[in-house]
Amino acid sequence: MNIELGQVSRWYGNVVAVNDVTMTVGPGVTGLLGPNGAGKSTLLHMMAGFLAPSTGTATLDGKKIWRNHQIYRSIGLVPEREAVYGFLTGWQFVLSSARLHRLPSPEDAAAKALAMVEMEDAKERRIETYSKGMRQRVKVAAALVHDPQVLLLDEPFNGMDPRQRLHLMDLVKELGAAGRTILFSSHILEEVERVAQQIEVLVAGRHAASGDFREIRRRMTDRPHLFHVRSSDDRRLAAALIADPSSGAVSVGEAGLEVQAVDFRRFTWLLPRVARDAGVSVWQVSPADEDLESVFSYLISGSTR
Amino acid sequence: MNSVVAGITYRAVLGRRRVFLLLLLPLVLIGLALLLRAVGSTDERATVTLMQVYAIGTMLPLLGLIAGTGTIAPEIDDGTIIHLLSKPISRPVIATTKFAVAASMLALFAAVPTFIAAYLLIGDEAGIASGFAVGALVGGIAYAAVFLLLGVVTRHAVTIGIIYAVVWENLIGGYVPGARNFSIQQWAQTFAAQITTSGFFKATVGMGFAVPAVLIVTIGSVVWAGQRLRSLSLTGDA
Repeated sequence: MNIELGQVSRWYGNVVAVNDVTMTVGPGVTGLLGPNGAGKSTLLHMMAGFLAPSTGTATLDGKKIWRNHQIYRSIGLVPEREAVYGFLTGWQFVLSSARLHRLPSPEDAAAKALAMVEMEDAKERRIETYSKGMRQRVKVAAALVHDPQVLLLDEPFNGMDPRQRLHLMDLVKELGAAGRTILFSSHILEEVERVAQQIEVLVAGRHAASGDFREIRRRMTDRPHLFHVRSSDDRRLAAALIADPSSGAVSVGEAGLEVQAVDFRRFTWLLPRVARDAGVSVWQVSPADEDLESVFSYLISGSTR
Repeated sequence: MNSVVAGITYRAVLGRRRVFLLLLLPLVLIGLALLLRAVGSTDERATVTLMQVYAIGTMLPLLGLIAGTGTIAPEIDDGTIIHLLSKPISRPVIATTKFAVAASMLALFAAVPTFIAAYLLIGDEAGIASGFAVGALVGGIAYAAVFLLLGVVTRHAVTIGIIYAVVWENLIGGYVPGARNFSIQQWAQTFAAQITTSGFFKATVGMGFAVPAVLIVTIGSVVWAGQRLRSLSLTGDA
């Protein structure tokens, strides 16, 4: 099944949360990648029928999503908010989901879903006694209980320990390989890379990039990188670096050197050698713009900074 | 009506600290009745006053507020309601089920104790016990619907509900006779007056107004709540 967004925008008062986004999410695993506050949750809520687009259309196989409870026959939703009915046991929670879907054999479906997320051992405990990761898994089980064609997960790997995270990643990959349409949001590139075949990047409400992880990775690494370098002799190191074409610009300041590397790979290879040959000790090399926001803003502007 | 929704709602309301509030108010009513009985004031006039001022005038709107908002507002606040809303169940069915749960709790925690308290004082003399029990039941149903709607449309349901019950029904209703027409409490008394034959009690609103008013307010509130639930939006943190 396909989720289609056509020129969707959403604003709250004067604040634009999602700006003119058009995308199709089809079978397989799609990662919705973006920094915090990029509008990922807003976009996901519009796909899940919990928010109306201010303009544009959101449809599931051509059927309108907003104010249409029939879509939940095909959609499973794992919301980001942790809150679930804490007074229910894991078993009761997943079973209630199966009953609300009016499945022919709710007990079997609930048992199967709990097994999928490896929560059989704790299923008789109240959810309020669960860790964050366990709550997350029981929410996934409740969303999978009716074997939905579409699964939407909002920051699903948050709060999970590494083993749980790997397990859920494998589960998501399997479900995607089986032909289901899966979309999950995340602000961590590595997470998205591991699981998703298709990556949609959202920055400041805009659809910044789209492609498989190689494509996104290439666009993120093939760009000028800015480094702060501190050494025993900044000026001499600057002179040696600028002689090589991999450095675009070098400036010497109070806090050390600022080097703009045009060719990332060559620069990281070059720096230690140049320093050694010049007899300079390098004390510190730190990326000045490695945080995700700057990577994203680069993707958006598509120009040299 | 959906039994899974009803089951979860009962557990949510009765499992929290709210249940103590739901129990406290009727226990006070029965306690007051026992106290009056102990001091020997088991006359019709005292009973009618207790019913009018405490059972219908104080306990009923407060219980209505606790049960009506309590069946939905906390779930909307903390987001747990998504579990129910992300299912192929029509939202009006969810609203109607929640209303039925709230109404049934008012029958149990308001109408039944009202009957017991009056009965402890004077038996069913002059139909006071049954009259006020019916009044509490009808009023409870209307309160359940209105406060459920408030719980869906605003995050300040409890505050607005208290302002309505205290300021509008009791304060303004006490001085401005016209305001009494638009008071669930007064409609409850109208129904009570239909059954009781006591000379110490007379309703201010006529049946010709109270019956359609209760119907319109109850049905209108439940329908509106269902429609509002259809457009319930989650405003994400991002």
